[in-house]
Amino acid sequence: MIQFNPADLATLLPELFLLGATCAILLIDLFLKPAQRDITHWLALVALAVTGFLVWRDAPGQGAAVAAFNGMFLRDGVATVLKVFVLLTTGLVFLYSRGYLRERKLYVGEFYLLLLFATLGMMLLVSAGNLVTVYLGLELLTLSSYALVALNRDSAISSEAAIKYFVLGALASGLLLYGMSMIYGATGTLDLAKIHAVADFSANSPHRTLLAFGLVFLVVGAAFKLGAAPFHMWLPDVYQGAPTAVTLFVGSASKLAAFGMTWRLLDGAMGGMHGQWTQMLAVLAVLSLAVGNVFAIAQTNLKRMLAYSTISHIGFLLLGFVNGSAEGYAAAMFYMISYALMATVAFGMIMLLARAGFEAEEIDDFKGLNQRNPWYAGVMAIAMFSLAGVPPLFGFFAKLMVLKAAIDAGQLWLAIVAIVFAIIGLYYYLRVVKVMYFDEPQDKAALALPADRTFRWALSVNGLALLVLGIAWGPLLDWCNRALAVGVDIAR
Amino acid sequence: MLLSHLLSLLIWLPMVGAVAVLAFGRQANAARWLALLTALATFALSIPLWLHYVPALVPSMQFIERVAWIPALNANYALGVDGISVALIVLTTFTSVLVIIGSWGPIETRVSQYMAAMLALEGLLIGVFAATDALLFYVFFEGMLIPMFILIGIWGGPRRVYATLKFFIYTFLGSIFMLVGLIYLHMKTGQFSLDAFAHASLGAKEQAWLFFAFLIAFAIKVPMWPVHTWLPDAHVEAPTGGSVILAAIMLKVGGYGFIRFSLPITPDASQEYAWVVIAMSLIAVVYIGYVALVQEDMKKLVAYSSIAHMGFVTLGIFVALALVRVNNNPVGARLAVQGAMVQMISHGFVSGAMFSCIGVMYDRLHTRMIRDYGGIVNVMPWFAAFMVLFAMANCGLPGTSGFVGEFMVILAAFQDSPLIAAVAAFTLIIGAAYTLWLVKRVVFGEVGNDKVAKMKDLDAREWIVLGAFAAGVLVVGVYPKPLTDLMEPAVQQLVQQLSLAKM
Repeated sequence: MIQFNPADLATLLPELFLLGATCAILLIDLFLKPAQRDITHWLALVALAVTGFLVWRDAPGQGAAVAAFNGMFLRDGVATVLKVFVLLTTGLVFLYSRGYLRERKLYVGEFYLLLLFATLGMMLLVSAGNLVTVYLGLELLTLSSYALVALNRDSAISSEAAIKYFVLGALASGLLLYGMSMIYGATGTLDLAKIHAVADFSANSPHRTLLAFGLVFLVVGAAFKLGAAPFHMWLPDVYQGAPTAVTLFVGSASKLAAFGMTWRLLDGAMGGMHGQWTQMLAVLAVLSLAVGNVFAIAQTNLKRMLAYSTISHIGFLLLGFVNGSAEGYAAAMFYMISYALMATVAFGMIMLLARAGFEAEEIDDFKGLNQRNPWYAGVMAIAMFSLAGVPPLFGFFAKLMVLKAAIDAGQLWLAIVAIVFAIIGLYYYLRVVKVMYFDEPQDKAALALPADRTFRWALSVNGLALLVLGIAWGPLLDWCNRALAVGVDIAR
Repeated sequence: MLLSHLLSLLIWLPMVGAVAVLAFGRQANAARWLALLTALATFALSIPLWLHYVPALVPSMQFIERVAWIPALNANYALGVDGISVALIVLTTFTSVLVIIGSWGPIETRVSQYMAAMLALEGLLIGVFAATDALLFYVFFEGMLIPMFILIGIWGGPRRVYATLKFFIYTFLGSIFMLVGLIYLHMKTGQFSLDAFAHASLGAKEQAWLFFAFLIAFAIKVPMWPVHTWLPDAHVEAPTGGSVILAAIMLKVGGYGFIRFSLPITPDASQEYAWVVIAMSLIAVVYIGYVALVQEDMKKLVAYSSIAHMGFVTLGIFVALALVRVNNNPVGARLAVQGAMVQMISHGFVSGAMFSCIGVMYDRLHTRMIRDYGGIVNVMPWFAAFMVLFAMANCGLPGTSGFVGEFMVILAAFQDSPLIAAVAAFTLIIGAAYTLWLVKRVVFGEVGNDKVAKMKDLDAREWIVLGAFAAGVLVVGVYPKPLTDLMEPAVQQLVQQLSLAKM
């Protein structure tokens, strides 16, 4: 019997606020002339900021979790950390993309509304305590994303990317749903914590086959959303085809949400079978590392290269899961956050160089950038070295933590496979630096910077943050550790 | 106050200087002066480090700084130096000043970026020699690849892109295996302190794995045969300043790593596999010597001679193990490690000077081929005098620094096995052969061609650089005692540590 408890609404306050604000912006935008679109822009940013503040204010204490609506919705440490960074990266997407959209006549209210709804979906997804909430949040996110990818209706390549994304994404959602139904069949509940408690994972359990099949479908669905090989086929096309502003979003914020979903499903519900799924994830990790790093070398299109680089980073992320312990998940979350912050810089740089009628998405478009604008060449170099995992940049320490998780789990071979592919991956990041620093520019003139000052400042701060966080990454790591109650023994 | 944070100052002053050069160095001369002032200030600060270091004190680590960095991992911003590090840090600050003076004229494009990269490199190198926390060490160790990558890539020769990518990927490959080893040790000890690593008890198999992880990292850095192939390319394509720093200091990081990591952390495995390293060192000394003989490019010749000379460093370090553990001869072992260390410092001066000499010639004729020169002594007598002095040091003439280290290592090796000593001593012949033949072809004889006839002798700036290197070569060669006294307690401690098995 489901009971409605009005106090539960307070637990949901940030989400409710964002929903209300989004609806209000939807209405306000209807009455705005295209020239007044900046109002939508700033309102959306304010909505995100206030939501972020509410999330931060209501953050639960260490190890504590507040459940609402009979456990459908959870507010715990992981949800808080992920929401803060989801909101932050979405805010960066807004800040970076205004000029880009305007030059392409895509500066429309839909962009903001779809992104806000997607953000709401991500917030639900990372807070989900029930298979239904997982699915609800996921669909809100992905349906908005399909539409966003197709935002540039006149572009054939965008439409192609959107259709691929939609067809494959729908397939993945279907698989996920199928897996959920099997698990429901085996356990009779949709609640993640109850599944964990009720499901009989022992070898002679009558439901074992059903649970195992359900688990496989969950893993496949999650791998699809994360973009882990061999379920990565959609990723390069979507990254390349979507407007860069949307790629930025798909490559950063939604990856954080996908991490949250994977963690909730695999550890939250199926933690009892972690001996099984860590093996599956180890295979996915090795494949992703191989496919991502090797294919990225052959790319000449920077967005496509970054897509393959994402796949390889997902491989690293999965190393954290293989540990199957709180430390490992904390390391993986730390990794995902670092990746999201690095990806925003890389895609932000593409938008910085882009002009009306010029996408700046080929690696050669960065030729001689150091001579045209040393500052932004430096920002991009920081992002590339960070993605490659060279200390003292942030990306290195993220790699350190997941490698440590894998080694602690006794999976030394996995760590060695990972570093071998990291060396291969080094090449294509260095190539971007090489093009910027060692090649002569095609156009000798100083880089014409976009007029949007907030974009330039935010991008610079974002780039420098990778350096600063490389020196002072302790607090962020502590936050991730606290969220997962590392070192605190709490019976689940 | 100043003394208690001296190491931090030494590390961060050049880094701050690098940022300042980037920010205010829009005019080439402003960048040069700012960089020179920073380098001079850093050098001045490194002198009190030497003067206030008390060799007699036990434990030998001094100027200790320790701030919690990542509490979750128990990693600290921990610095400290013993005699070995002090010597290398002073070498670094000294060479950096000369490199910046040396690059005054030759570097004309993007001066501020060049100077900033040099200063950043200096700070990172000092950090490598001062870190007592393995994670911090690793960060500095890897971080220095970035400025070097940029230095070779922007200001290098025609094949610079190939050379710099090869340099970066090759060295990254080596060190990342060490990272796995460090994480493993962290799992065993729960911290990253080098001291804790040295006291961790490790089984034979673990030690073997760790030993090889360290070996890959440091052998590539030194570089040892057969993983030396990145060095000739990097040296040939790097600008003069880059070559000097690379040869004089970055190669030393490899030798330093063996002393700080391999020997104390994995003594038993080091002993067991010492023959591997000794064999590789001897091959470097002899075979690479022959390779140097046939080079037509002066920079390549000196690069190969560097590999051969660094062979003595690794030979000395690993002969010491055999001496102390098999022959029970700690005096000989100390001699071997001391010899290796003196060889490192000496090679810093000699190779730096040789590359500077080649730079002086290159700036005039823009070629490094031996056949394009000849009879330089007729037009550049002062330069010729310096070049001959450094060449003599390179072949280990008594009275120059090159002799001291090689002689000590050979002497120690003889106590272990006369055969090893005999093979190593072979270098005195080959070294003399390739160096003297180089001098004969480049410096002496008739004036080679019209272009050589027009070459001008050293200007004041080049005088300072070569003169300073010459002073270093002669002082260490004639009176090495202050240097060996500085390092003796640290060496003694190391040898004592080696005599204890860990298993």
